[in-house]
Amino acid sequence: MNVPDDLLYTETHEWIKREGDNVRVGITDHAQSELTDVVYVDLPKMDRQANAREAIAVVESVKAASDIYAPVKGKVVEVNKALEADPGLINREPFGQGWIFVLKIDNADDLKQLKDAGTYKKQIG
Amino acid sequence: MRRGAKMVPFGGWLMPVQYTSIVEEHRAVRNNIGIFDISHMGQLIVSGPAAAGWLNTMLTNNIDKLGLGQGQYTFLLNERGGIIDDLIAYRIGDEKFLLVVNASRTEEDFTWLDRHRGSDVELKDRTADFAGVAIQGPRVVELFQALLGDNVDLPPRNHIVDFKLDDMPLSIARTGYTGEDGVEVFFRAQDAAKFWNSVLDKGDKFGIKPCGLGARDTLRLEMCYPLNGSDLSPERNPIEAGLGFFVDLTKPKFTGREVLLKMKENGTPHKLAAFRMEGKVPPPRPHYPVFNNGERVGEVTSGTLSPSLNYGIGMAYVSASHAKIGSNIQIEIRGQKFPATIEKKPLYKKS
Repeated sequence: MNVPDDLLYTETHEWIKREGDNVRVGITDHAQSELTDVVYVDLPKMDRQANAREAIAVVESVKAASDIYAPVKGKVVEVNKALEADPGLINREPFGQGWIFVLKIDNADDLKQLKDAGTYKKQIG
Repeated sequence: MRRGAKMVPFGGWLMPVQYTSIVEEHRAVRNNIGIFDISHMGQLIVSGPAAAGWLNTMLTNNIDKLGLGQGQYTFLLNERGGIIDDLIAYRIGDEKFLLVVNASRTEEDFTWLDRHRGSDVELKDRTADFAGVAIQGPRVVELFQALLGDNVDLPPRNHIVDFKLDDMPLSIARTGYTGEDGVEVFFRAQDAAKFWNSVLDKGDKFGIKPCGLGARDTLRLEMCYPLNGSDLSPERNPIEAGLGFFVDLTKPKFTGREVLLKMKENGTPHKLAAFRMEGKVPPPRPHYPVFNNGERVGEVTSGTLSPSLNYGIGMAYVSASHAKIGSNIQIEIRGQKFPATIEKKPLYKKS
């Protein structure tokens, strides 16, 4: 299972990529392989404020709807509109074109709460 | 887990929800062939000189219509006409019947039947002795010729026949839960791995795939086959569920008959209707509320994105006045209402 070393991770299987004051967020390869067949994505509203661990998006597979959480406190500044036409991007490129949203973070220190690749690898066994 | 199966608890059993992908498994069954583990389903044997007469008072369909080796879809009802279980009853001897029942209801069915039987009827729960698989898809006949020989004929639709493969006794029923040609095969529990593997080996060239509960659910929902516990319950009866065809009201006596007779005469307040979503919207799921112009008119019992049709489909109990084919309804998903249309059953028709 692919777990890139340069990303941060959450208990709930989001990956986080630091981009200056922003973080790009998606779900991990492990998460997409558990869900399989993503058929619909509910994107968060632009400019909404989110608290850490607040459900702000929904990824729906054939079998179930799964909440996607903001990994840290911040404001939604970008959403991946491409997922509306092609939700399968999450299955095909979970760490690339399948990203879900970008948050402008309040406090970079919050990122210290997140897991590194090694810790996340241990979590998914 | 072998073959990458993802396991979930289901009806007291640990079952694979999917092996690879629900969509891939679904397509294998529609286009080629798929094999499902159905060992969790219950097998009850009813026998004795009074068995047929007694079963006719317990079940809704008419058991006297069954010739030897023939099966029928039927219901076990409570006194209020509510559904305890939906099942298939086979006549496997002149005075002997096999009831194939839902995993989650096996114990309840047994207890209910046992409580109502007389001493001249024998009832046995054989669930633990048998394993079973469903083998479903348009290439099932080819597969069984490869498995049992060219000169072997599968039984006709809804019939069950005994075969032998190597030293394994098999009961093969031409039935299923997918809308495709197919069989359900029952055998001794100790033969399960051997039979499963020989079917997969022989099925390889026909594109066979092991399939989980996920694909079983999407396939049956496209056909609008009900799932007990979701679409059927002790609070719902077969007339509301649109399954009156499997209720013989001309029989003088069976549990729940009076309630169903009244429902049939006066109409039912709710109906289990099939619907499709309009446009690119989230898939419907069980328990989502159903609206018509702001008024709540029902609740979704089953829903998914149809892998064959590529739009959201489902079934819902809807007030009878809004259950007509072509009616517009709205499904509320996460606080937002999305348009849907009541459709004719089945939702999927083979082209």
